[in-house]
Amino acid sequence: MNYSTAEIWIIIALVALGTYLIRFSFIGLIGDRELPQWVLRHLRYTPVAVLPGLVAPLVLWPDATDGNYDAPRLVAAAVTILLGVMFKNMLLAIFGGGATLFVMISLLG
Amino acid sequence: MTTTKRAFLRGIRDGLPFILVVFPFATLFGVVATETGLSALQTFIFSIAVIAGAAQFAAVQLMADNAPVLIVVATALAVNLRMAMYSASIAPYLRGVPFWKRAAMSYILVDQSYAVGLTKFETEPDMSPPERVAYFTGTMMINMPLWYGGTLVGALVGSRIPPEYALDFAVPITFLALVGPMLKTAAHVMAALTSVVMALLLGFVPYDLGLILAAMAAMIVGAQVELMVQRRAS
Repeated sequence: MNYSTAEIWIIIALVALGTYLIRFSFIGLIGDRELPQWVLRHLRYTPVAVLPGLVAPLVLWPDATDGNYDAPRLVAAAVTILLGVMFKNMLLAIFGGGATLFVMISLLG
Repeated sequence: MTTTKRAFLRGIRDGLPFILVVFPFATLFGVVATETGLSALQTFIFSIAVIAGAAQFAAVQLMADNAPVLIVVATALAVNLRMAMYSASIAPYLRGVPFWKRAAMSYILVDQSYAVGLTKFETEPDMSPPERVAYFTGTMMINMPLWYGGTLVGALVGSRIPPEYALDFAVPITFLALVGPMLKTAAHVMAALTSVVMALLLGFVPYDLGLILAAMAAMIVGAQVELMVQRRAS
């Protein structure tokens, strides 16, 4: 990472301000007015639209292996997502995936 | 005991289950952010100013890639756009609440307070506005300090963890663990798949802009699949 200290603070400040304004939007500003159905229909999918795309290259081409495909990380990723889908429990998925990664790495050297 | 105070205490009680998630999640953020190169102070302030785990992780991941400042900000905010929906659905219940209180409540509008708060307001429509404010505030009364504290602990520990512990993969695992429980419907699954495929295809687009384009495409796919499923059902 090579940002200047000022840039890091700017990022933090802008994310904070933007996030606050999003939260404040209807509660504080627009008030008691309904969002159009089509807007709601798109907003519903924002986390699930951003996070998988962010994570995909990290799983397929991890930095730690110089961008080469890496079996332990792929298996750990698969275990994490399966645990998450099956048990709807984020922490369980994190620990399960983390444990898988450690076991795989120690087995395969 | 006044009804407002009782509502506040019930809010605290209903928010308790989340402490199991909030503290470790905050600690993980503290570790990952400092490993990426943020100072302990920056990491701590980040959590206080934003209180939105997924967006904070997204920002830090893009910072590890040295993405341009504006792309980091835009992507983190894209993750948080869902909160506009939360804000809109909570707003009708806060009619008559003083402006400064609504401003303060906006700060603590997170996934957990929204989920618990909205359910309460819907099932108990007779709650007065002050009771609603008290209840909502209660849900975050313990979780918020834990979010700050967990981050601080993680930040102080993180600067001491050697890199060979495969922490590079903590972020992907965290994201995958967040996404898994979100895959509730066919529309969510299709949106997630679109996001993955498009982000990989658009990897060549400069400044990490590909991710934002992929996210837009994924939102549209999610919305369209939802419509199709609805039409078939009716």
